[in-house]
Amino acid sequence: MFELSPTEWTAILLSLRVATVATLVATPLGIAVAWLLARREFWGKSIADAVIHLPLVLPPVVTGYLLLLTFGKRGLVGAWLAEHLGIVFAFRWTGAALACGIMSFPLLVRPIRLSIEAVDRRLEQAAGTLGAAPWQVFLTVTLPLALPGVLAGMVLGFAKAIGEFGATITFVSNIPGETQTISSAIYSLIQTPDGDTAALRLVVVSILIAMAALVASEWFARRALQRLHGN
Amino acid sequence: MLRVDLSKRLGEFSIEACFASEGRVTGLFGASGAGKTSLINMIAGLLRPDRGIIAIDGETLDDTTSQTHVPVHRRRIGYVFQDARLFPHLDVRQNLDYGRRMNHLAENSAQHTRVTDLLDIGDLLDRRPGKLSGGERQRVALGRALLSQPRLLLLDEPLGSLDEERKEEILPYLVRLRDEAGIPMVYVSHDASEMRQLATQIVMLQRGRVTAFGGAEVLPAAPERA
Repeated sequence: MFELSPTEWTAILLSLRVATVATLVATPLGIAVAWLLARREFWGKSIADAVIHLPLVLPPVVTGYLLLLTFGKRGLVGAWLAEHLGIVFAFRWTGAALACGIMSFPLLVRPIRLSIEAVDRRLEQAAGTLGAAPWQVFLTVTLPLALPGVLAGMVLGFAKAIGEFGATITFVSNIPGETQTISSAIYSLIQTPDGDTAALRLVVVSILIAMAALVASEWFARRALQRLHGN
Repeated sequence: MLRVDLSKRLGEFSIEACFASEGRVTGLFGASGAGKTSLINMIAGLLRPDRGIIAIDGETLDDTTSQTHVPVHRRRIGYVFQDARLFPHLDVRQNLDYGRRMNHLAENSAQHTRVTDLLDIGDLLDRRPGKLSGGERQRVALGRALLSQPRLLLLDEPLGSLDEERKEEILPYLVRLRDEAGIPMVYVSHDASEMRQLATQIVMLQRGRVTAFGGAEVLPAAPERA
């Protein structure tokens, strides 16, 4: 009853791989975007902010379809990438990672942005007077002080990526061993006669991963406060 | 030598200051709101003047006619803020070492010992700023600025956030600093008795204008201790 079948293991491991790759690739980008939104004023900032948050409010199937149009085999970007760099997203696990990365991006960026905004700019000024160039100020003061927020963002993004369903299944379908994540495996199982127990097992796994992520993110947030107060 | 001749608008308020000081400690004296902090922020490079020149030892740091503006991190001007601004994620040792690392200076343990002895902070090295008293924090901030080997040290009311007792604790260190460290300083305060004890030349600032320049005689008459 509690034994996971090979197909279920495959789905779990694939989900972990997809979510890990999505999070690791999205994080540096997320830090850059969060810093721009927190520290810079530029033309079109509110539009940029809206676009980043769009996946949060759009129906996931819409995001998935847009990905298919853009990054599919005949899509504008997809065709170019396949021809020049040999990167194919359509119906591959890499496509699942792309979909998960985009869907989880707003959740990743938000805690990072908030923690960068919370860093006292007077400390950054002090670093400047001690001879630190702006990029050094960022690496030695801003980023270390915002680090717990970065980790919290990564955890939330990872959890969202693990659970992503709509955009992924629309963009890369539901191919066991290639694009069938936990969510799409559950979806298939509950449509199969006698799939209930297997579906339940994966549901339990999902809950455990989500709980662990929330606890971890809460812990990082507490660390952030301690760090800012210098204890 | 520090030469300042500039003007700056900040909303309704404006600063127009012109003076040249050779003093070891140039005191910027004036009530709060006189523009003292804005003026030294411009010397530090944190704020840009609308018009004018800032130069030390013949090197121009700001000149609006030739669009010169040396960025803050290349000025080598130390700054001790009223609120210390120690880095909370670094311990005292790392705070003290920060300027040396950023300026790619060689390690100099003699200098390090001299500064930590001068300021009596040798026992605090392994502590985090959150575990320091206000006076200790200010001494570490002084040490941190000194160890970045600045050619000019700016002190913005470094005693301003301390109570009377703590002020008496720090003042002797500042006097030692003036007499032993050999770095010219600009000392900002609204406290005439601090000025008397520290400054060798005084710039009096009122509502953004320099109203007097000279020795201790430009200060208001002897303090009335309440």
